[in-house]
Amino acid sequence: MEAQLEQKIVVVESPRKRRMKEMSSRFFQNKLAVVGGVFTLLLILMAIFAPLVAPYNPTEQNYAKFLQSPNGENLLGTDELGRDIFSRIIFGARVSIQAGIISVGIALLIGIPIGLFSGYYRGVLDEFVVMRFTDALLSFPPLVLALSLAAVLGAGLQNAMIAIGIIFTPNFIRLVRGEVLSQREREYVTAAKASGISDFKIIFRHILPNCMPPILVQATLAIAAAIISEASLSYLGLGTQPPTPSWGAMLSMGQGYLGDAPWISLFPGLFIFLTVLSINLFGDGLRDALDPKLK
Amino acid sequence: MVKFLIRRLGLMVVILFLVSIIVFSLVHLTPGDPARMILGQEATEESLHALREQMGLNDPLYVQYFSWVTNVLQGDLGNSLKDNTPVLTVLLQKLPVTIQLSIMSFVIAMLIAIPAGIISATRKGTFWDYFGTTFALSGVSVPPFFLGILLIFVFSISLGWVAPSGYVEPWKDFKQSMLLMILPAIAVGIRLSAEITRMLRSSMLEVLEADYIRTAYAKGVLERGVVIGHALKNALIPVVTVSGLQLATFLGGAVITETIFAIPGIGRLVIDAILTRDFPVVQGAVLFMAIAVVVVNFFIDVLYSILDPRIKLTGGQ
Repeated sequence: MEAQLEQKIVVVESPRKRRMKEMSSRFFQNKLAVVGGVFTLLLILMAIFAPLVAPYNPTEQNYAKFLQSPNGENLLGTDELGRDIFSRIIFGARVSIQAGIISVGIALLIGIPIGLFSGYYRGVLDEFVVMRFTDALLSFPPLVLALSLAAVLGAGLQNAMIAIGIIFTPNFIRLVRGEVLSQREREYVTAAKASGISDFKIIFRHILPNCMPPILVQATLAIAAAIISEASLSYLGLGTQPPTPSWGAMLSMGQGYLGDAPWISLFPGLFIFLTVLSINLFGDGLRDALDPKLK
Repeated sequence: MVKFLIRRLGLMVVILFLVSIIVFSLVHLTPGDPARMILGQEATEESLHALREQMGLNDPLYVQYFSWVTNVLQGDLGNSLKDNTPVLTVLLQKLPVTIQLSIMSFVIAMLIAIPAGIISATRKGTFWDYFGTTFALSGVSVPPFFLGILLIFVFSISLGWVAPSGYVEPWKDFKQSMLLMILPAIAVGIRLSAEITRMLRSSMLEVLEADYIRTAYAKGVLERGVVIGHALKNALIPVVTVSGLQLATFLGGAVITETIFAIPGIGRLVIDAILTRDFPVVQGAVLFMAIAVVVVNFFIDVLYSILDPRIKLTGGQ
């Protein structure tokens, strides 16, 4: 009797649960994606618990120990002011991850509603204003636009995140609009309309959840790109300001010592590369797991 | 075809109009006084007043925009605040340098991407495929400024093969010019090659499934002939289109690379102008780059419609 009951439970398992199971099994089969996910998770934990993980204060200067190569005391060496590179990298992860998540959050906050309404209502506003405006924004080299915006708004991490958020917005508008265009023709939307549900509810309660998988994938990959953008702005002096440690600024400061103390530049650069690569691997794995046809 | 051209041209004009509004807004619509933003917080009231008068900042916004656009259409992008040189003259001086970097980067990107894309697609699931896809993902993940610094460290500082920075015009000393430009071109080209490898792989995989490829094999055509003569030709069409869309990112990479390698091109000009708050130069350079992207994409779309006749039938949809 119990065995029969169990069998029944398996049979009536909801399609959503089954899809989730299939998805996670596909994801965990992709070893590179799992490695990317684990590294990203470790990095996030490292950023959160930075004061506990870092062996030294990242801003503490020690002129007795300047430009020391990697050794037992300072794992990744010290910089021109005697600061511990490893500790600065750990605290720098906070800036990079924060910049990646917040700037993509800004882009999502603006891009999703515009894309939803534009795709759902279509018409002149969609065709001639929203779409052409995104075309125009996408015509600018993203880094140059971010730099110009950051220069106009003023140097600093907060303004850098706003600038990066703005330049990423058109990508999300286009993505969400495209998804809505295909969703709005589906039967469930027609049925919802016929039963008198308001447009607002149809858009946010029914269409948006169905658009989430590609948004999630795009957002993950955008976080990686946003980390590079923030590092670029900091490298050029328009992002995070000293003495707060940031990977881009560390790279820039160390460039002058490339011959004598290459570790000052190379280790932060390596961390940017590994972080972005891990997030990209995770994002690619997520995309393949959510929609294996795209592989 | 004519209908498509007119439609596409109209679209380009609308986009250029919006581009001009965005560039104009960069300085004029942001909070605060543009004159103070340009001259800095320490500027005196007299100098602020003089600049406001010079820039027409006391006029209504639409009048300012109209007069700016009229000047731009006549080739007047304003003067640099640094040395009063016309912005257009400065841009045209720097343009050949950026074009040289772009051409060299593009050639390097293609030299890497085409073999890598073909091998990844035709040897799917093998070591070479994994090697190609890992290279592509790494290329997309490496920040251009880190790649630049890495190349300087390895080839200039450690091996001493080339100078770490500098620029010589190719018509003055061709060999030296190429040598100085090779590392920056690799730094910019690697990222583009990574993007193209990814696109070419998926495009080739799709084409290799097509009936005419099977027919070619059935007729006894050798693999090399099928891949290069039939598959690659068709797989490159979507790649060309997407490459056009990559131009904006490509220019962004060139901007930062020119700064690292001290190359006096448009990229370095725009960075210097941003850092010294020379806003007429920033506006001019940003507008120039955006127009280049819009115009190149227009020509690529037209080329695409010639290569793929289905575009004409649907009127460019």
